[in-house]
Amino acid sequence: MILSPVSEADLDRAFAALADPVRRAIIARLSRGAATVNELAEPFEISKQAVSKHIQVLELAGLVSRTRDAQRRPVHLEAARLEAMTAWIDRYRLAAEQRFRSLDAVLERTTQPAIQADATTPITDKEQQS
Amino acid sequence: MTNPLTLDIPAGKPWIDFTREFDAPVEAVFNAHRDPELVRQWLGPRGYEMQIERWDFTSGGGYRYTHRDGDNVYGFHGTFHTVRENDLAIQTFEFEGAPDEVAIEFMRFVDLGDGRCRLEGHSVGPTVEGRDLMVESGMEKGMAQGYEQLDELLGVAAPATAQG
Repeated sequence: MILSPVSEADLDRAFAALADPVRRAIIARLSRGAATVNELAEPFEISKQAVSKHIQVLELAGLVSRTRDAQRRPVHLEAARLEAMTAWIDRYRLAAEQRFRSLDAVLERTTQPAIQADATTPITDKEQQS
Repeated sequence: MTNPLTLDIPAGKPWIDFTREFDAPVEAVFNAHRDPELVRQWLGPRGYEMQIERWDFTSGGGYRYTHRDGDNVYGFHGTFHTVRENDLAIQTFEFEGAPDEVAIEFMRFVDLGDGRCRLEGHSVGPTVEGRDLMVESGMEKGMAQGYEQLDELLGVAAPATAQG
């Protein structure tokens, strides 16, 4: 079915969480594999506490999770939530692509000599109404 | 062979950007936007009956059309602010199911030579929420069924809608 199990509120939180360059960078880093808070904090000129806060926001948004039992408590990417975020964009894309393919078909009909009696000149309104 | 659609829907921003090339001259692409009979053949989602009540693709003109899916009717209207032949169209866009969330759409018709053309679109609305709703309306406002058909149709060649 088309509708995803992720709720509107979930998506709201996820998109709000990603409306921040540091959090996007963290997600990008995690897409290459799990990492500890220390490792995640390394590339940023902000405190480890600030990075922890960012991770909390991402966690609340369902975008990352932390292993509870491990001592290092590495942060993991929740890929399914990311997929849910893009799913509705893909549907929009699907609709847009379909629309443009329909336009392709219209253009083919209106510009091909085989279909149009005289298509050597640009199409005009008059030529369309046959 | 289908030209790819470049679509940019950035998170947290109220706009959408797209570019798409066409293997047709800029005049033909522009005309497919101007002539309501042609517009009717491509603008509506497949499986929906599209009715154009008004289509005056000129500076200061306007439009209203509906997509009908059984008993559900979705209305859209707006104003053509600037229409410059084979070059530019600036228009407003309002889905009547989300009143006052009026987007402004900029569409550039770029002549690539060799009988090809690129469409460059930028649509910007008042709020991120409104934009997201508009994007999501593609699935939620009754279009879900349509997409099931669409999935089947996507692999199939373009329909030979009778013309004239």
